[in-house]
Amino acid sequence: MIPVAVTIALAAFSIAFVLSLWRLVRGPDAIDRVLALDTLYINAIAIIVLLGLAQGTTVYFEAALLIAALGFVGTVALAKYLGRGSVIE
Amino acid sequence: MIAELLVSLFILVGAFFGLTGSMGLARLPDFYTRLHGPTKATTLGVGGVLIASILHFSLMGPALSLRELLIALFLFLTAPVSAHVLAKAGVRRGIASRAPLPDELKKKSAEG
Repeated sequence: MIPVAVTIALAAFSIAFVLSLWRLVRGPDAIDRVLALDTLYINAIAIIVLLGLAQGTTVYFEAALLIAALGFVGTVALAKYLGRGSVIE
Repeated sequence: MIAELLVSLFILVGAFFGLTGSMGLARLPDFYTRLHGPTKATTLGVGGVLIASILHFSLMGPALSLRELLIALFLFLTAPVSAHVLAKAGVRRGIASRAPLPDELKKKSAEG
């Protein structure tokens, strides 16, 4: 039962990944692209955790944690740069 | 059996919310509405998958597995912060909204 659910969820998150890639290409403003990148890394975390579930290992969680931390910092830095012209005042 | 059912349920609920959030990002009309999809629905979707992972590795593994809780906690703390920062950057860049902006924001975005 779990493999079926994981397969469905992987398909759903892959579609979600492609949808946010589409928004990344489409724009129209730079801040929309930052939002698309934010969604992209959240979807990547979900896919990594699902892969860990499918293979029955816990070695992927450090990678997911790293992506979560660096993705947040990247989003805030890009948003500050686009909103104010500088990252650190 | 019940554990498997529960894990599958959380995975499917998470997948549904994740897909819904990204569809919102792709289809909604302007930046401020688009902000809702990823920052709320997708975060909830990842939360569901992480709860499923905690249940799976705790109930079928040798010991309690709480490392996913760290990821979930971090995501749930940072998603509102990044949404707020993105919305502020959008207002400062003067991005058009379908709804009328409040007066004080109009003044601020006119200043630059």
